Amino acid sequence: MLCATLKGEDRKVGLIPHPNVTLSVANPHRLPSTVAREDEHLLVAAAKRGDTTAFEELVNRYERKIFRLTMNITRNREDAEDAMQDAFLKSYTHLKDFDGDSRFYTWLVRIAANEALMRLRKRRPNQFSLDEPVEGDDDLMPRELEDWGPKPDQRFAQTEMHEILSGVIDNLEPDFRTVFVLRDIEELSTEETAKALGISVPAVKSRLLRARLKLREKLNRYFRRSVPN
Amino acid sequence: MNCDAVIREISGYLDGELDLTRKQDLELHLTTCTECTLIIDQTKMTVELFCNEEPVELPQDVRSRLHEALLRKIKQTGD
Repeated sequence: MLCATLKGEDRKVGLIPHPNVTLSVANPHRLPSTVAREDEHLLVAAAKRGDTTAFEELVNRYERKIFRLTMNITRNREDAEDAMQDAFLKSYTHLKDFDGDSRFYTWLVRIAANEALMRLRKRRPNQFSLDEPVEGDDDLMPRELEDWGPKPDQRFAQTEMHEILSGVIDNLEPDFRTVFVLRDIEELSTEETAKALGISVPAVKSRLLRARLKLREKLNRYFRRSVPN
Repeated sequence: MNCDAVIREISGYLDGELDLTRKQDLELHLTTCTECTLIIDQTKMTVELFCNEEPVELPQDVRSRLHEALLRKIKQTGD
């Protein structure tokens, strides 16, 4: 998984809370999102036993990421909020059915993705076609190819970069965008993405490649050296 | 391996999923093709930018509604 590879050791966070924060489910609102994820199974086990503060801690930990996911899929704030809320409510209701085969977060992402996809299909019934045949590999060669120079992203302020990334992903077709979001942002495996979307593994691979190439091409318009800051 | 084949293999290469022979063929092509090298570098950077972006803070009104709904659900389940 490229994202995990790129992040390397940063992802292997230990059980080390922020120095100014007490790691306690009694004080969930003060927990940083970067807190260790290795204790996730303990929180899930406690939540399954009926410890609502443990479940609330899971919500606190993942609410921003789940909202990002549902926003990235729906590109509509109202739908994204509804999808996120329903995802957390359903995960609470069905927590007893979570068998621990995957991470809780992966399970939650699948629920949230389904909620977001339902709303996307309702809003854009003709633009969304996850069950269409796998595309051929023709016409993949990038048309725009220019040097970006060293570290082109550093030419932009953080807010500006966020707007650029948000804009380019917004313009990606929903079926490519959804695969990219699940694979490269939420770091689901190819198989998990296929299962979540109800499409084949080759379809996931094909769409991921196309999504990556399309996003590169869209970013080229911002990063090429000839564009002034 | 020609340029078309390299483009088709970009994801597999970046994700480390190519077998050794395919990987070596692709890397051999890269030693002589600056265009494919550029495409691979830029595609990798594209993914890196998205996966490194921190999620923005949840708007307070959205967060309040979420937690209120959860509390209602928890209370309803406990009744």
